[in-house]
Amino acid sequence: MSDKFVLGGHEFNSRFILGSGKYNLNLIKAAVEQGGAEIITLALRRANTSPKENILDYIPKGITLLPNTSGARNAEEAVRIARLSREMGCGDFVKVEIMHDSKYLLPDNYETIKCIEILAKEGFVVLPYMYPDLNAARDMQNAGAAAIMPLASPIGSNRGLATRDFIQILIDEMDLPIIVDAGIGKPSQACEAMEMGAAAIMANTAIATAGDVPAMAGAFRQAIEAGRTAYVTGMGRVLTRGGSASDPLTGFLR
Amino acid sequence: MVTINGTAVNAAGKTVSAYLQDAGYEISRVAVECNRDILPRTQYDTTVLRDGDTLEIVSFVGGG
Repeated sequence: MSDKFVLGGHEFNSRFILGSGKYNLNLIKAAVEQGGAEIITLALRRANTSPKENILDYIPKGITLLPNTSGARNAEEAVRIARLSREMGCGDFVKVEIMHDSKYLLPDNYETIKCIEILAKEGFVVLPYMYPDLNAARDMQNAGAAAIMPLASPIGSNRGLATRDFIQILIDEMDLPIIVDAGIGKPSQACEAMEMGAAAIMANTAIATAGDVPAMAGAFRQAIEAGRTAYVTGMGRVLTRGGSASDPLTGFLR
Repeated sequence: MVTINGTAVNAAGKTVSAYLQDAGYEISRVAVECNRDILPRTQYDTTVLRDGDTLEIVSFVGGG
């Protein structure tokens, strides 16, 4: 069965977007392989002189890079970071994340919409990290976003689908792929989001803080695949009352 | 003086290429912004730093 994940005109087999923060660069290759991820996120920071290592040397060939705009506090800063990222020669994808709240790290949907308008016109494949709000998501689509990335719970919290009902609204009402990003802490939560109809899952901290980073990436792969298959297949019905025997109702011994 | 990644540096008169090399940056792994505009890689050799310029030199790191 062909079930490609299409993002900005590019096709992917995997629905797992892997973050690369907070763990040893030497584990990235194994995490990508065991997780089956085809997209990996990166951040941009002031460069060091005489660098000992560069993350690009640790990412397997053929992986699509998704730079984020972390550190941006408004649309203008995010645009600068996106342009610099593209100048690195690693493609047109960008995950817009704009925040100015250091306690909860919540995204600023308004500044994000302004940023998308600029970057989409410049040919970027723009994936906005956002607070799950249907009106904002529609504005993001109109501004040229290629997908919507609502948060499940605060970044790095591993607290799971705190915004479940509002993500479901986005899935039900939006035509764009909904990629659940931030806060997914366990494979079961990734699976649940996929069962709900999310197009993909982005996870970093859940993997980075696991006992075995590559093995947890593998567990996420299985959970995401299971949830996707369940969604595509169509879930069994739920009875509001009573039970329904799974066994024949005739031929009983008496 | 030229402000480079937030620090005043005595680099006026050098080309961007020469500065990056002298300072020890891995040129293929950085991107450069000069006075808030992207400086394309092809212009590193021909862009001469002037007093008052502001340069940002960035590279990729792990992130989510």
